[in-house]
Order: sequence, then structure tokens, then C-alpha cells
Amino acid sequence: MATIIEMRGITKRFPGVVANDGIDLCIEQGEIHGLLGENGAGKTTLMNVLYGLYEPDAGEILVHSQPVRFSSPHDAIARGIGMVHQHFMLIPVFTVAENLVLGAELTRGPFLDMANAEARVRDLSAQYGLKVDPLAHVEDLPVGIQQRVEILKALYRNAEILILDEPTAVLTPQEVGELYTILHALRDQGHTIIFITHKLREVLTICDRVTVLRDGKVVGTRNAHEVTEAALARMMVGRDVLLRVEKPPVAPGPPVLQVQGLRARNNRGLLAVDGVSFEVHAGEIVGIAGVEGNGQTELAEVLTGLRRAEGGRILINGQDLTNRRPGELFRAGVAHIPEDRHQRGLVLDFSLLENLLLGFQDTPPYARGLELDYDVARRTAKRLLADFDVRAPSSETKARALSGGNQQKVILAREFERQPKLLVAVQPTRGLDVGATEFVRQQLVRQRGEGKAVLLISSELTEIMDLSDRIIVMYEGRIQGEVAAAEASEQMLGLLMAGARGGTA
Amino acid sequence: MQGWNSVLSLSLLAATLKIATPLIFAGLAAVMSERGGVVNIGIEGTMLLSAFAAVVGSHFWGPWVGLLLAMLLGGLLGLLHAYLSVTVKVNQIVSATAINIAALGIPRLIIPYIWPGHFGETGLVPPLPEVRLPLLADLPVIGPILGQHSLLTYVALILVEVLNVLLFNTRFGLRLRAVGEHPRAADTLGVDVAHMRYAGVIIGGVLAGLGGAFLTIGKVPQFAPNTTNGRGFMGLAAMVFGNWKPGGTLVACLIFGFADAFQAAAQSAGVLPVPREILMSLPYLLTLIVLAGFVGKTVGPAADGKPYEKA
Amino acid sequence: MSTAERTRRLWARITSSELALSLIAVAVGLAAGALILAITSSEPLVAYGAFWQGAFGSRRGLGETFYYGTQLILTGLAVAISFRCGLFNLGAQGQILLGAMGAAWAGYWLPGLPPLIHVTVALLVGSLLGLVWSAIAGYLKARLNMHEVITTLMMNYLVINLKSWIVGVDGPMKQPGMIPASPPVLESARLPRIWSDARLHIGILIAVVCVAAVWYLLFRTRLGYKIRAVGLSPSAAEYGGIQVARNIVITMAISGFLAGLAGSIEVLGVNYRFSQDLTANYAWDAIAVALLGGLHPFGTFLAALLFGALSSGFTSTQGVADVSRDTVLIITALIIFLMVLIRSRKTTAIATRGDTTSAGLEQRP
Repeated sequence: MATIIEMRGITKRFPGVVANDGIDLCIEQGEIHGLLGENGAGKTTLMNVLYGLYEPDAGEILVHSQPVRFSSPHDAIARGIGMVHQHFMLIPVFTVAENLVLGAELTRGPFLDMANAEARVRDLSAQYGLKVDPLAHVEDLPVGIQQRVEILKALYRNAEILILDEPTAVLTPQEVGELYTILHALRDQGHTIIFITHKLREVLTICDRVTVLRDGKVVGTRNAHEVTEAALARMMVGRDVLLRVEKPPVAPGPPVLQVQGLRARNNRGLLAVDGVSFEVHAGEIVGIAGVEGNGQTELAEVLTGLRRAEGGRILINGQDLTNRRPGELFRAGVAHIPEDRHQRGLVLDFSLLENLLLGFQDTPPYARGLELDYDVARRTAKRLLADFDVRAPSSETKARALSGGNQQKVILAREFERQPKLLVAVQPTRGLDVGATEFVRQQLVRQRGEGKAVLLISSELTEIMDLSDRIIVMYEGRIQGEVAAAEASEQMLGLLMAGARGGTA
Repeated sequence: MQGWNSVLSLSLLAATLKIATPLIFAGLAAVMSERGGVVNIGIEGTMLLSAFAAVVGSHFWGPWVGLLLAMLLGGLLGLLHAYLSVTVKVNQIVSATAINIAALGIPRLIIPYIWPGHFGETGLVPPLPEVRLPLLADLPVIGPILGQHSLLTYVALILVEVLNVLLFNTRFGLRLRAVGEHPRAADTLGVDVAHMRYAGVIIGGVLAGLGGAFLTIGKVPQFAPNTTNGRGFMGLAAMVFGNWKPGGTLVACLIFGFADAFQAAAQSAGVLPVPREILMSLPYLLTLIVLAGFVGKTVGPAADGKPYEKA
Repeated sequence: MSTAERTRRLWARITSSELALSLIAVAVGLAAGALILAITSSEPLVAYGAFWQGAFGSRRGLGETFYYGTQLILTGLAVAISFRCGLFNLGAQGQILLGAMGAAWAGYWLPGLPPLIHVTVALLVGSLLGLVWSAIAGYLKARLNMHEVITTLMMNYLVINLKSWIVGVDGPMKQPGMIPASPPVLESARLPRIWSDARLHIGILIAVVCVAAVWYLLFRTRLGYKIRAVGLSPSAAEYGGIQVARNIVITMAISGFLAGLAGSIEVLGVNYRFSQDLTANYAWDAIAVALLGGLHPFGTFLAALLFGALSSGFTSTQGVADVSRDTVLIITALIIFLMVLIRSRKTTAIATRGDTTSAGLEQRP
């Protein structure tokens, strides 16, 4: 096979970090090439360079052995490179056709020719077997279909090479299978695919060859069928990784959280939580699995006072706390590690000290009459930052200056300081490097060991399976099934996540 | 009853159109800017300074030069706002407020040099011509309403449709709207976000310039400190009412214009049952009512007001 | 270290220092003002002399500086505290006028009160009017998500119309005669002067107290913490149990109170009546003052005095150079531009951060 893309000595720096450090990469025509690395390894940056979104500080790119210089995606697209981003680059209020032709519009004189555009969508749909309605508004489409639109966008521009950035993050295991079929079909039609992921198993399943990145450098390239998961993990992290978390058996206590027939709407007014009932006992971790967008976010928000419940009840230690404000829930012993640490979990422009006060501002001893006792707060902050090994010059440092992992540690420190009875953790390891991820998971298990009730909501199935005692699967706002972790398999969970009927084990 | 008869006449509707004209320009200016994702509350100040430029230009070189100067200055102020908002990425409200403040001070500074002895107000200058459309003006009912107006009024009405087509039927419009909804998506497809946003704001600035020109050389051919009197802000309200579309904006402006025209007619006919200040407050009250969403919910471009960082 | 490296380091130190940036902005502003004076005056040196006299050089001038400064301190604090909560209170002008109206009314209409009580009552009436007017805008924002920029601006015009009516022909507050003004405020309601030949009265002391009070509020109290949190991140504040809507209304109320107080003080300390020609245009300067002061009470205090000096200085040049107080407006605008430009590199003050979707309210229970 011929080399279709070659990247030589690519270096890209951002303030404070070298994202890509002298990277050499060879992609062969007609292969599915995996780009593997943990969060922050530099995979997306490298591909953004290839796609013309960034200009490298050093190095060169060759396409079909010709040196090229991309100053914008326009150039990359012209050279046959297309990219499907992790967060879709689709305009929700536009139709599929409008999204497809943006930037490469079909015109008739000075006017847009949307009729032609719609016809093109239908043609491409048929050619590649990616069924999509050109007149549908993207915001009305389910996520799996939106991804197809993204792929069609690239194909419309005659992409020879397709870069896919973490494409399976938003898919059920069944949809992932469908994606693989599509990718194989594309490969058979002569396209080359670069597949960015941090999931080891995916790489071994779908890719022909895989290149591992770590800390901005290439560790090595292997043939997928010649390498083991453990070997890849080692390359990704540089040491032997604990792939499973130590979880001592704990006898669960009385129910701390009881959810009964909960109903709630999402921001668009649609029913997102549709009659959900479950329990979490002291000393257990209950994991809620499911593809993102099936109501987990809204469920977490209702449980933590950030969204109104339309119906149903929430009981904490037997007390009805439905539709209470976050402050009341804190007082009742509920702690929340939010999904979005930058928007919800922290006030980025506050100091660490002020962030650690968040949620405690009306609680003695920090609240003293009308005032806040900053001296007491400072002492507590010092202790917490040390206990959780947060790397920061002082408690006066602004939260914005910290790394993702350290920011999450601050949030954990604060929430654990509440001595909660119930801990609601939503996507707690998202975007964190392996070290921080390990730390967070260990902490969750420790809380469980101390008799707390932990509700873990995560879209990473492996995380759910590793940490939970019981697993609940959510699909379209309802509970599809409940399984003891020991008896769960990825296949079984995948079926439930996709809406197949399953029973409780 | 006698008084009311003179108030409720066709000339009231003609007056509505006249009064709505600067609002239409302001509203369209707001639409073009915000469709690209840039909030511009400096339309008020832009109109004021352009109105002044129009008067100065007309004083020395006649109304057509005045009109040109107004458009030019409007475009330049749009360029300034675009530079601050898109390139430097400062807070759009604050920087636009600075433009509005400057607009209060600059004319006063210059006026005594051109019109010695005048402070704050200029003298009279040659105005833009009124246009009478021969066939249209002779029609019953429509004639008195539409038949004779300042040139700029007709320009405003035509522009509503022109911008409508521009926004929804051309490549430029698609890209501008894309940039206002999801600039990153547009960027990944090779659309130059900054370029589009600049275009939207500058076009808006020129439109505001036209609006300002109308207020002086199209109406009372004189500049005074309260020439704009909040019309730039009403344009923003009209845009919200009109759901960020030229057509809807026109409707809103006509409603505002009607309120103002009614107030003026009722006052001069002496049929005011209430103090004139209450009627003078009508446009502002209407703006508030419109904004409160009592006339239905409207949604603006998703990325409106948010600077775009290439990250 | 090479010179280039040294220069780069120095520039980095300068741009990261709040104080340095403010000083630079002021320097450029003053330079511009000096330039305008030079261009418009037939005898620039005389004009500069008059400027200095007006600002600091004479007792009268100094008194004027403090008089303007008082108004700007209070209004600057009003603007600053709203910005701290992520709210753009552009309605200070209307709130000042309402405050003036209320204080004047209480000043002339309530007879037979001992001075201390009368003054206090009059100040309170005015401040409370400003508070309510601003709180309405806050409520509209919190409940109906109406952007406070447009609502406060529209409400300004409403007050201006009210002013025109209330002391206009047949207006309820108008004194008999030709002048469109209210009856004079009774002696018992007037703020004592500090220097009789200048317009300096004890209002300056009230203003200083307010500076301290706002500092204490923002940086020592729980409410202040909440206000700042909402301003920097409404979603995080909500997560932390802070009631965003309530704090928005409270902040606007406090802001309106301070602006109303400014108006009351102007009436009770200087004009002794409410009249048609009270414009409160310094409300716009207050925005520059707040920004220049880094949205901090102490900085606002200093910036207000600076602008007071500018106003006083330029008024003194009115006879000498053909320039008026409007030059201050231009300098104001220039300083705002500079402050925003320079600060765009920092991520501190919320009012100068790019995101205009201030305090956008998410779904709440």
C-alpha cells in the first residue's frame, strides 16, 4: 500500500504546554489507522493540524508525497481530507442540506441552489447507505443520525481521507457496530480512515494499524492484530496500569436514596426523565449506564436541586426532599460532583479558597452572622489542598490556572468535606488523564467503604462495570434494566442501552 | 369628535411610515450585526454621529454629500465596533457604550466652529429631496399613504426585502447566519468567521448611517443633541420582536411608528386626554412590552454576543 | 537577558498589573484632553492654567472637584456593583433623577421636622425610589429574562418624560411662576456646606461611608460573596445553592439605591430644588469611573475624584477655550475604550470579559 499521508516532525505549542512534540506519522492508503492515547496526549491537536485548523510550529505534511501547507480547513478539504469532530460541528437550526453545503455551496447565479443541494444529499445517502432526510433540521435528529450527517459532509467534499475523533463516545454498542460496518464500506470504496480514540478495545476491533501517542510524542506504531491490550496500555501510560480497581466487598446498609416515579422535562420541554424508580443503599455504588442524552443529565439535576421534577418523589433517608433547593439538599447530606466542572463545579475566576466555600457560604463556621469567616476558611482550604495533593501555589490561586485533574480534586475535596450521606457523581473522570482518573475512582470506592451511598452516572461502560455494585441502564428517560455488576456483560448492557427489553438479574 | 377626525386619517398612516423609517434602518442594522453573532448597542451613537456628519456634509457640499458622509461614518464606526468585538474580543456592551458616550460629546465640540454662536444645535441645512411617485401617488387610499416620501423611506422599504433575500437566499447570508449560530462549525468548513462578522457589523453600520441621515437631512434638516432619542435602542427591540428577520423587524417598526405618530397627531389636534408625556413614552413602553415576550417568544442566533476563539 | 527579552518581560509585568493599566489609560486620556485644549483654545497655556486652577489649584476648584467627585463616587459604586453581578445597569441616569425628585419632594413638602430627621428622611425617600426603579429592571431580568441593557435604557427615557411633566406647565411638583422647577427645599432638609464658596457639602462624607460600606459588603459578607459568584458564573452559583434570581434583584436594588442617593444628594446639597435642567449626564462618566477603578470600591473612589477633577478643570476653561464639559465625555469614551482594550488580555473583571450573555439564567427549580 502506498503512503497517503505523512507527517514529519510536527510540533505544536500552546501557552504552557507542548501538545505535539516532533511527531512522525505515516498513514497508508486504504487502511483504518487508529490514533490511541489518553486524554491530553495530543491526538486531537495533531489531527487539527492535519485538517488545517492549526498551523504547526515546526514540521511538514505530505499528501500523496507532495508537501502541503494548510492555512485553513479550506485547504485541507481541497486536498481531500475530511474530519468528523468529537463534538459535532453541525448547526442545529439549519437543515441537513444547509449544513452539508455550508462553505461549498451550490449556487444558481447570485442565489443559493438548495434544490440541487437536497438532491446531492439524497444521492450521497444512497451511494454510501447513510440514510438521512435532507430537509430535517439537525436539532431534531438523534445523535447517531447526526454523526452520519457529519460523515456525509466530508464525503460531499470528496474526502479521500476521513478523520474521526472519538466517534463512539455518543453511540450505543449496537450503533458502534453499525459505524464499523460503515467504516468498512468506506474502506472498501477506497477511502482511508484515521480513527482517534482512547479506548483500547476499539482500536483492536476496528483498526488495521495503531499509533500510540503519549505526552505529545509518538511511542510507537503497531499492527493491530499483532499487539495485546496490555501492551498498548503500557505504551499509552508508560507503566503497568491497574486496569481494574480494587473493590473490597462491603455489605450494603439501609437505603439512603429512594427515587419513586420521577418525571422531569429537559430544556426543550420534552420529557427526559419518564417515571424512574430506584434505590441506592449506604455502602454501595450504583452505576447508571446509558448513552448520553437518555435523561441521565436531567436525572442528576433533579436529584441535586438544579431542575424541577414534574412528578414523583425523592427520599433521602426517608425524608421527602423532592424539588428542594440545592442548599437544602446539601444540608440533608447530598453532595454533587457535577458533569461540567468548568461551568457548574467551579467559579473559574474565584480563588481555590473561594471555590472551596461554594455551597458552604451559609453554613457555620464559615458563615458568621452577615459575614464570611475567611480565616477559618483559609485553614480548612490549606488542609484540603494538602490532603488531596492539589498542585497549586496557594489557596489564593485562581481555579482557572489549575489543570483539569487538579480542578476535579478541588471539587472532590469540597464535596467530601460535606460528609455526605449520598454522593452523586456525574462523569467524574471525563477529560482527566490516567493518574487523575485512578485517583477519582479510588476516592469513590473509598467513600463506598466508609458507608456512603454513591450514585455514579457515566457514559464510560468500563467505568460503570468496574466500580458499580449494581448497574441500572437508562434509555429514553426510563430504566431499561437493573443488573448486579458481577452478572453484567458488555453485550447485555449494550442491548439494554439500545432499548432492547431486558429483565432485572 | 372633530379633533379625532383629523387624527384618524390617512395622513396618520403616512406619518407612521415617515416616523418608522429611521427605526427600520436601526432595526435592520441590528439584524445584520446580530445575525453574525455580534451585539451592537452602539447603533444609537452611530446614528447620532452619522446624523451629525450628514448635516455637516450638507452644509458645505449639499445633501448628497451629506448622505454619503453619513454612510461612510456609519461604516467606519461599524468597523471600529467590529474590530473591538471580533478581533480584540472585548465586552461588546461596554465598547458600544463608549461609542454612544463619544457620540454625545463630539458634535458639541465641533458645532461652534461651523456655526458660530450655536451650542449643541446646528443651523438649517439643505435637505434631501422628497420623492413623489407619479402613478402610485394618484391611487386612492394607497396614494396618500405611500405616494410621497423622502427618498430614504423608499430605500428603507426596499432594503427590507433586499436584506431578506440576502440573508436567506444567498451564500453570504447562509454563511453569516452560520457564523452567528455556531462559529466553530463554520470555521471547520473553511468559512472565515471574522470576515463574516466584520461584514455584518459594517453593513449594519452603514444602515445606521442611513438612519441617522434621515433624522436630519431627511426630516428636520438640523442636528440637535436629542436627534436620535433612543431610536437606536428601539431598533434592537424591533429586531427582537421581529425574530431577527427583516420582515418582522419592519412590522415592529411600523407599530412603534404608529404609536409615535398617533401621539403627535393627537397632541396637535388638542384631543389629548392625558399629558403628552405619557404618549411620548409609548414607544419606550411598547419596547418593554415587546421584550417581555408578551407577544410571543423569539429566539436569536445561538452564538449572539459571544466572541469566537480559535482554540 | 537581551533588551528584547527585557522589554517583553516588562510589558508582561505592566499588562498584568491592574494599577499600571489604569494609570496608562488615565495618562492617555489626559493627553487627549490636553490635545483638545491645545487645538481649540487660542491660548493653550492660559487654558492649562485655568484647568489646573479649576481642578486643584484653588479652594473653589478643589471644592468643585469634590462636588463632582461625590456624584461620581456614588454613581460609580452603583455601576460597579451591578457589573460585579454581571449586570449592566445603564439606568443610573433615570435612577438618579428619580432620587432627585423624591428627595426634593420630601425636602419641600414635609414641614416642621428637625434638620437631622428631615435630611435623613429626604435622602431615604430619594434612595428608595432609585432602589425600586432599579429593582424593577432586576426583576424583569430575573423572571422574564429581559436584558437589563435595553430595559434600563428604556426606563431612563420614561423618567426623562416624567421629569418633563412633573415640573412642566401644570406639573404637580412645579412651583408657581415661569421656571420649570420645584419649590425650594426647606432649610431643615439641606445638607450643610463644608466650604461656603464652593459647592462642597457633607455629601462627600456620605459618599466615603458608602465606599467603605460597599467594600465591606462585597468582600466580607455572605451576600457579597454570592453577588460576585453570580457575576462570575451563574451556573456554578446555582449549583452552590445560591439563588441567582434573588441576588440579581438584590444587586440591582442596591445599585439603584446608590444612584438614587446620588440624585438626592445633588438636590439636597447643591441645587436645593428639582428642576428641568437636571440632566444627570454624569451617569455615563460613572461607567468609565467604575471600569477605571477595576470595579473595586477603592479604585472607584480614586477614579471618581480624577473625573471630578477633569470636570472641574474643563468647566474652568470654558471662558478661555471654546470647549466645554463635553470634552470630558470624549475623554470618558476614550478611557473606556482603552480600559476595555487593555483588559481584554486579562480574565479578571467580568464586565470586560467578552461574554455578553451576562447572568443568563438556566433552568431552575
